[in-house]
Amino acid sequence: MPEKSALMSAADIAQAVSGRKITALDATEAALSRIAVHDKVLNSFTDVTADRARAKAKAIDAAIAAGQPVGPLAGVPFAVKNLFDVQGLSTRAGSKINRDLPPSPRDATLIERMEAAGAVLVGALNMGEYAYDFTGENVHDGPSRNPHDPTRMAGGSSGGSGSAVGGALVPIALGSDTNGSIRVPSSFCGIFGLKPTYGRLSRARSFPFVASLDHLGPFARNVKDLALAYDAMQGPDADDAGCAGRSLEPTLPLLTHDIGGLRIAIAGGYFQKNVFPEAVEAVARVAKALGATKTIELPEVARARAAAYIITTTEGASLHLDRLRKRANDFDPAVRDRLIAGAMVPAPYVDKAQKFRRWYRAKVLELFKSVDVILAPATPCTAPKLGQVNFVLDGAELPVRANIGIHTQPISFIGLPVVAVPVPLEPMPIGVQLIAAPWREDIALRVAYALEQMGVAAAPPPRGL
Amino acid sequence: MADHLDDYINAVAGAMALPVEDAWRPAVRANLEVSLRLARLVDEFPLPDETESAAIYSA
Repeated sequence: MPEKSALMSAADIAQAVSGRKITALDATEAALSRIAVHDKVLNSFTDVTADRARAKAKAIDAAIAAGQPVGPLAGVPFAVKNLFDVQGLSTRAGSKINRDLPPSPRDATLIERMEAAGAVLVGALNMGEYAYDFTGENVHDGPSRNPHDPTRMAGGSSGGSGSAVGGALVPIALGSDTNGSIRVPSSFCGIFGLKPTYGRLSRARSFPFVASLDHLGPFARNVKDLALAYDAMQGPDADDAGCAGRSLEPTLPLLTHDIGGLRIAIAGGYFQKNVFPEAVEAVARVAKALGATKTIELPEVARARAAAYIITTTEGASLHLDRLRKRANDFDPAVRDRLIAGAMVPAPYVDKAQKFRRWYRAKVLELFKSVDVILAPATPCTAPKLGQVNFVLDGAELPVRANIGIHTQPISFIGLPVVAVPVPLEPMPIGVQLIAAPWREDIALRVAYALEQMGVAAAPPPRGL
Repeated sequence: MADHLDDYINAVAGAMALPVEDAWRPAVRANLEVSLRLARLVDEFPLPDETESAAIYSA
């Protein structure tokens, strides 16, 4: 029973708990049991908050017994990347240094909203140090491992989020995405991920990386669960200066709406270069299922990626300047050396990158007058081996780390909403980005749902456990 | 050019009180070379003088 309920979707768990077919405590124990067994392999959790989870689950069961409303995520176990503040834990953000911080006095806004909807936090998840990572590897905690092949990367920086959901330890996890850190682990681990519009979800009480580009969002094993979590977390929040003042725009009721009238195009040029055959195959399958034949060219994409890189490395350096001075030897050396270099980029280049961002945004928004969704690879390859430094593509040896995020960076650069959908290729899955205009998460989710119904997008059972 | 970049790293590290140990220097330099190459790619793109930064402030 516990093992079975751990593999249920979030929607099914909530329905079963609300209908008194299982208790919230059953669902929680099931998740804790799977974590205890399988996280020895996956290494996706840094903290398991078992006592807190059991107390919350019992409170939900008591509320149900008393006839009180418990919310659309009643009894659903979830976990968060360890850059979300969790009351009573130090927010380590994948680092050694932050372990010296005092325990957080209050949960992050998104945790509060998930729990207000009845969800049960079961722990915090492994990640790349300070989120400056695409691999899911971590020198302090060891790597998050891929649930389909534990010798491979989970992707980063939200590696534990990808690994935990891909391994079906929890049905929902939360992560962050500055340049691709939700979409890359979704692709490598074969799950659904939503990077919402910049400013849509509150980042309050999460550890930042690049304020200009940071987004938070959910991972799930199906689109309905993704929409359930996303809808529960929406809404303005005065505690995050970057959070837009938009009211709730629920997506769950819209998932089944027909997508026949949507104009869908395939990103050309830049997005069709430097890709492995698996990425080409995945985009082709999605395009065929959607009847998409038109190709659309985004302008100056390589420059957009370059500008995102500059803003990232300089804002990241600014954030960590004092830690670089005082505790340089406590960083992952690779992260430290990137941040020190970032501190040395002349300021006019940063200003230019921000001005280019404004130009690029206007040009890309023009494109959305003629299309509703743009398809692009989420990653150029399936999950590389842990520790892999280079791969060979078209006869050229290329660095893995520098190339994993080449297709995600130019999109998050201007804050467009994206659903990464998994295409279950053998032996490893790979993701495709469904990119929509700002504030149209509903459209990307509708298309993702249609692909899931057609059997083109699906989260495969964990093959490596 | 190589010497100039090393001089630049030394000068900025000194001005900002950033430690750069000798063992780290090749990696810091390699990262800075990538950043400057990408920054130049952005810089060489002509933008109108009136272009507003994306990082605008609202009072």
